[in-house]
Amino acid sequence: MSVVFRKPDSMADVNTHYCPGCTHGIVHRLICEIIDEMGIEGDTIGICPVGCSVMAYDYFNCDMIEAPHGRAPAVATGVKRSLPDKFVFTYQGDGDLAAIGTAETIHAAARGENITIIFINNTTYGMTGGQMAPTTLPGQVTQTTPYGRDVEKAGYPVKMCEILAQVDGTALAQRVSVDSPKEVQIAKKAIRKAFQIQRDKKGFSIVEVLSTCPTNWGMSPVESLERLRKECIPYFPLGVYKDITAKENSND
Amino acid sequence: MTAERVLMKGNEALAEAAIRAGCKCYFGYPITPQTEIAAFMAKNMPKRGGTFLQAESEIAAINMVLGAASAGVRVMTSSSSPGISLKSEGISYIAASDLPCVIINVQRGGPGLGGIQPAQSDYWQAVKSGGHGDFHILVFAPNSVQEMADMVVKAFEKADQYRIPAMILSDGMLGQMMEPVVFPEISDKMPEKPWATNGHGNKRKHNIINTLFLQPDELEASVNARSKKYETIVENEQDAEFYLTDDADIVVTGYGAASRICREAVDEARKNGIKAGLLRPKVLWPFPVKDYQKIVPTAKSILCVELSTGQMIDDVKLAVNCSVPVEFYGRTGGNLPSAEEIIKKLAEINDSLS
Amino acid sequence: MGKINVIFDKCKGCGLCENACPQKIIQIQKDKINSHGYFTAVCINDDKCVGCAMCAVMCPECAITVERQVQK
Repeated sequence: MSVVFRKPDSMADVNTHYCPGCTHGIVHRLICEIIDEMGIEGDTIGICPVGCSVMAYDYFNCDMIEAPHGRAPAVATGVKRSLPDKFVFTYQGDGDLAAIGTAETIHAAARGENITIIFINNTTYGMTGGQMAPTTLPGQVTQTTPYGRDVEKAGYPVKMCEILAQVDGTALAQRVSVDSPKEVQIAKKAIRKAFQIQRDKKGFSIVEVLSTCPTNWGMSPVESLERLRKECIPYFPLGVYKDITAKENSND
Repeated sequence: MTAERVLMKGNEALAEAAIRAGCKCYFGYPITPQTEIAAFMAKNMPKRGGTFLQAESEIAAINMVLGAASAGVRVMTSSSSPGISLKSEGISYIAASDLPCVIINVQRGGPGLGGIQPAQSDYWQAVKSGGHGDFHILVFAPNSVQEMADMVVKAFEKADQYRIPAMILSDGMLGQMMEPVVFPEISDKMPEKPWATNGHGNKRKHNIINTLFLQPDELEASVNARSKKYETIVENEQDAEFYLTDDADIVVTGYGAASRICREAVDEARKNGIKAGLLRPKVLWPFPVKDYQKIVPTAKSILCVELSTGQMIDDVKLAVNCSVPVEFYGRTGGNLPSAEEIIKKLAEINDSLS
Repeated sequence: MGKINVIFDKCKGCGLCENACPQKIIQIQKDKINSHGYFTAVCINDDKCVGCAMCAVMCPECAITVERQVQK
């Protein structure tokens, strides 16, 4: 019998602080699998946000920088402009990227910055105990929408892939999910494509990963996957919103 | 080849000196009265192996600085008063990450949108409250185009030496005026930065640039370690210029643009029989306490002159432990005091002394 | 012809593996808690494991390694 599945080398051999069943861990692993596959751990700098994944610098074996809330794309720009041949990725939550960091995200894309953004959308602020995020669904109850998100007062969720697909500097904007093994494989392919686009210097790549937050959704991890499928995916349809490499390898 | 003397605008001299000092990345954003720095960098960086980028905001710019500094390159940003306020969170992170960088503030009248003429009302912001948490940044205070060039070079060196942000606290007058300047020759050998996050290349364990310490003991240890560093800096980096202070009854004190007018006033006052002198801080953090203590035995009074309603005056009083009366004269809003106004104030003080 | 190994002290008993296993042979045992206070996942019928690794793919803690009989 041979080992067919194990922890990727670029993933630190530590217990994470994430809540049981939180899918952050899956996405961490996917990134590390790609970094191993491409053999680039020594040439990669990861940038983590403020949010649940703020301590991700302890979970990746490549060099890591912890960025101020919302500013990871700017920090990544600073790193990439200094080290154009290194791989730079940011790992950000929905509050970090689509609320306080909206300008940094859109302008990194507009510049066609050769960085990869992994954007975890779990429709809530997890670290601070479940407040409304820019992607909180209409009617969703959170600490700051206790009666359910009323779009009259708190507006509508922000759809980042759809927005960034309109930005000329964007090479890849794809939304994926991690709610089942099938979707996890699709997510892995998307992350691989994003890193390849960065390797080929083709511009800005973002993979938005619909993710769960059992603790703040008030559900079990398995029920959370159900909620993701039933409520999140319909509002945030999965798929490729922009992929300038699509013509070349259309079998993806 | 003797160094060449060129006539240059203060802002451009700052940028030229930075490039010569090995600045590899400049991230800017337009704001009067410092925008020439960005324009100069946009024109020159590409031709000289550097990177220029106009960010979408001063906030983005300072975070790009954090990224480039983490990657181990010499990096600079510049702005003016309101823009520096926007950068304050980033500056706190950069200080807390023990990262070197150079930040230029070409001050303008404030608060709020204020004006675009020179002022010195960001003194407290620079030396006391540049952002949240216990931290300091080096603050250099040039008073000529030549010093602007010299201090940028020194700022990069000291920032790397102590792994600390270094600010050039200039103002609209110094930035906009032209004076001859000779650029220092700089070796292009850059210091080693084994701590940088530039890709471990499978040759070392990974580096982490982080300022989060959820365990109080860890955060306290980190902050205390930095305080030790600051003590060393306070011990070694104080710097001020004395002019006619040995026998001065009244010592005028001011930095940057204000100090130039004070010098003229001191010369005039001397002609009128008033024994005045000038003590000019060249570094504002660490504040030159040692230099102020040197004038305590002889000075009967100190006149602090600032382009503000009085901020540095607090530190002057503290430096002399209030053992010498400290008077104040200031203009702000973009107005500069004339030498005559200062001479009149000196005469009043002189009369009150006899 | 497959086998999983759940790293006892890494598992948080979240049940995603149990949910993902097509053979329905993973359960969260309630006999022993690990050093972090979690009940952990365990394979209840090694013979039926085909080594498909669906459990490991869904594990947020990367706590499962999978072996399989690979035809040469």
